[in-house]
Amino acid sequence: MKTIKEKHSLVMRWTHWVNFPILTVMIWSGMLIYWANDEYKITIFGHTYVRFFPDWYYNLLHIPARLAEGMAFHFLFMWFFTLNGIFYVAYTIISGAWRELVPQKKSWKEAWLVLLHDLHIRKMALPQNKYNAAQRIAYTAIIVMGIGSVITGMAIYKPVQFYYLTWLCGGYHFARIIHFALTLGYVFFFLIHIVQVIIAGWNNFRSVISGFEVVNEEPKTVTEE
Amino acid sequence: MSNPEEEDKQPDTGAAVQKQINRRNFISFGTFAVLGATAFGGWKSLYNSAIETTGITGGAHKPLRRALNKSELFFRNFFSNNHLVKTYPKSMAAKKVRQNTSIGSDSKLDADNWRLQVKKLSGEVLAITLDEIKTLPKTDLVFDFKCVEGWDQIQHWGGVRFVDFVEHFRLQPETKLNYVGMETPDKGYYIGLDMDSAMHPQTILAYEMNDMPLPVGHGAPLRLIIPVKYGIKNLKRIGSINFSNHRPHDYWAEQGYDYYSGL
Repeated sequence: MKTIKEKHSLVMRWTHWVNFPILTVMIWSGMLIYWANDEYKITIFGHTYVRFFPDWYYNLLHIPARLAEGMAFHFLFMWFFTLNGIFYVAYTIISGAWRELVPQKKSWKEAWLVLLHDLHIRKMALPQNKYNAAQRIAYTAIIVMGIGSVITGMAIYKPVQFYYLTWLCGGYHFARIIHFALTLGYVFFFLIHIVQVIIAGWNNFRSVISGFEVVNEEPKTVTEE
Repeated sequence: MSNPEEEDKQPDTGAAVQKQINRRNFISFGTFAVLGATAFGGWKSLYNSAIETTGITGGAHKPLRRALNKSELFFRNFFSNNHLVKTYPKSMAAKKVRQNTSIGSDSKLDADNWRLQVKKLSGEVLAITLDEIKTLPKTDLVFDFKCVEGWDQIQHWGGVRFVDFVEHFRLQPETKLNYVGMETPDKGYYIGLDMDSAMHPQTILAYEMNDMPLPVGHGAPLRLIIPVKYGIKNLKRIGSINFSNHRPHDYWAEQGYDYYSGL
């Protein structure tokens, strides 16, 4: 018999879906800003493998020569990004939901087994509560990354007034590099996240919108239709 | 929706459970679709919102300009004369100093006839020579110059602190106003500064770069070096200085950039 099993709270769902478009706008406007001084590339032993970003990519997304516009969007949506993040973290702490989220001692070892299972190397899935060990690590890391983006962002935005943040981030240059690298991290997270959501299926996806999962429970007594 | 009491109220027949699943799906997906469409519509209208008519500022979407101005008010609370830009030893200063634009200093410099014009509240206009400025105490500053484009460079500048300049020429009444405006002699480039930033102890009117007189490309004979602002406010070849309670016009603020542009 089908039963409704509550999974995600309204606040979790709300902040999750609000964050998605906000982060998209932040990444897009961030690229408009980055274009004006696009100095990052991955070079190993004198050979450049990736240049951020190639011209065809800039042109495809109409990025060139929009610095002022990029800054204007970035410095509006930074408020929404930060406030939504604070709201989520505060909720997680106050409600006690962090207990299901923050990695435990065993999570680090278990996450490895989860990975093996996800890659179809290990047959048996580990027993889990709301989130498995890998999810605990990933969903906590993404929050830490978000905090990192705000701190490095402030370090670049007001390096004189918030000089201690700039110092904490290893200077103006390094703060900008971290800010950029974290953004690449979000894109990487997003790709893995999407694949996992597709594999996990409809029941799981629905729970992030409607809040519950449907589980089939063995009837305790005789009457079953 | 995550009310634990609901567990107890749950009906025990399969059909009823299915009905409840359908009902909750309908509500949540419906809400999701409506909010999603609203958000998308909101984004569309922001993205297509009108560009402000160019006055003191220009070139930005109206709502975004409002947001820039509000953010300025918020972050001004963190401004302090005690927050100093980090300084470096002279040896770390760039020998080849980056030169981004020459807006406002394209015409030939008439160094002999150059005077710094200071418009006082009384209507009197001071015409100050470079030699006069050089008699004031000189301050050297080696700091990380930051461009709005995202690059930065450690540079060495020397000149008179704006606070010292103000004191010497008795401009204290003028500094009671909210803003300082500066323009190139040809009025091709102009900037506006909030008084707090102008009076910051590291704001200097520079006439030296790397211990040498300013080269023409770097703003000879006198330029502004203001570490609490992006490079766009560091006016080269200053022709005149004025004071006002309203924002003076500002070259890059007219092009969609934040008026404050503070660091």
